Amino acid sequence: MNRHLLSAADLDRDDALLVLDTAAELASLTDRAVKKLPTLRGRTVVNLFYEDSTRTRISFEAAAKRLSADVINFSAKGSSVSKGESLKDTALTLEAMGADAVVIRHHSSGAPHRLAHSGWIQGSVVNAGDGTHEHPTQSLLDAFTMRKHLAGGVGDLEGRRVTIVGDVLHSRVARSNVLLLATLGAEVTLVAPPTLLPVGVETWPCEVSYHLDSHLKDADAVMMLRVQRERMNAAFFPSAREYSRRYGLDARRMALMPEHAIVMHPGPMNRGMEIAAEVADSRRSVIVEQVGNGVSVRMAVLYLLLGGAQLGSPLDTATEA
Amino acid sequence: MSERTPDDARTVLDGSEIARALTRVAHEIVERTKGADDVVLLGIPTRGAFLARRVAERIHDIEGREIAVGSLDVTMYRDDLRRAPARALLPTEIPAGGIDDKVVVLVDDVLYSGRTIRAALDAMNDIGRPRAVQLAVLVDRGHRELPIRADYVGKNIPTSTTEKVLVLVAEHDGRDAVLITGGHPSDQSGEAR
Repeated sequence: MNRHLLSAADLDRDDALLVLDTAAELASLTDRAVKKLPTLRGRTVVNLFYEDSTRTRISFEAAAKRLSADVINFSAKGSSVSKGESLKDTALTLEAMGADAVVIRHHSSGAPHRLAHSGWIQGSVVNAGDGTHEHPTQSLLDAFTMRKHLAGGVGDLEGRRVTIVGDVLHSRVARSNVLLLATLGAEVTLVAPPTLLPVGVETWPCEVSYHLDSHLKDADAVMMLRVQRERMNAAFFPSAREYSRRYGLDARRMALMPEHAIVMHPGPMNRGMEIAAEVADSRRSVIVEQVGNGVSVRMAVLYLLLGGAQLGSPLDTATEA
Repeated sequence: MSERTPDDARTVLDGSEIARALTRVAHEIVERTKGADDVVLLGIPTRGAFLARRVAERIHDIEGREIAVGSLDVTMYRDDLRRAPARALLPTEIPAGGIDDKVVVLVDDVLYSGRTIRAALDAMNDIGRPRAVQLAVLVDRGHRELPIRADYVGKNIPTSTTEKVLVLVAEHDGRDAVLITGGHPSDQSGEAR
């Protein structure tokens, strides 16, 4: 694994499996009386959030705290950023405070990459979502959840079929998922109206379709993407109702899916828009479980980036007792 | 797992000697704990976990009762984590009955510096509160760096710090053996500590 986690493409198959296997071991912590490990004692993790987020920030905060790291939460609102401070000056401030890792969410695609490669800070950078680009830890927790339900919790996702539906254009979740799931051997189909597909999607390692119904009956997992109203500054579809009719997952469509198939959503959901309430609350929905898995996966990422000496790959491990 | 048998390896225990040592350790555990009633065996992965299971089978043969057995990964509690790249975690399996008020016998392959056992004691502290903790090892090679000793020892093998003790178990390495390699003053890398 690299020193940073900026893109799901940074992970090769072995790295991805190492994160998932580590997360699987860390998941058992949830059942314990003391939900804490001493591993990152004395390390400082900064959550640098330029964009609103509930679950991702809380998830990273819980993950870092369970590993005993000191956590500093920095949100752009109510900080010097609202007075016009640049990313560089904020980064230099964090560096002066001795941040060992910076978890960054930013509205601009590429901001984590800039932070990691500018030389402003020495620590590791974890991308917690940048613009419409990537959200690698979300794709890891999605893969973790799929593996648990579809592959017995071990190995990769070879041959599993995943249908990702909705606003791919604005979705960093879709991009990271396509990259990671392809690395893990899954077959991904993106389903979206043509207006909500990014330019160049034909070069992604996946299939693309405009018709949802025909990609439900052979799906092992169906992931609904949020319709990002805050990014809808143009007419991408005629009306919310029409979108829902063509691309929303309702009970009728869920009945087309195989018995074992799971329903996923990265949250926050627009109930009644891309997903019907009865689907979101059905027993096939693993949406709440995804949130719980997020903590384990982010613990694994922080441990693998910060837990050891900062050299080489965590894969060169000695398992000497 | 890569081949664990370097060219200069000398066998100090073969398969049948390991079997006898584990049988004796099992008997000693039964004797010392007066029937092994509340005993939970926790092996330290990788090889300690296999050894714990074997000792549990032997106690079962002696006492005719199932013995709770599990594994305890100490990676996250090690004091040398920051000296090497992050290590992969190994399975921790705590038996269903937990460890509260039980007599936990930790099982490891080699006792050397004692640092792994210190980490195991810390790890256990976060899982529960045993009535007592004891330690069983297949090989005690000396050179302790902490005030830790074993209650049950398969074999004491005096070593030099420049030597390496390698334990092979059939479940993981294809055969049972305890080997010593090295002995050259410069060779101190990758030591099982």
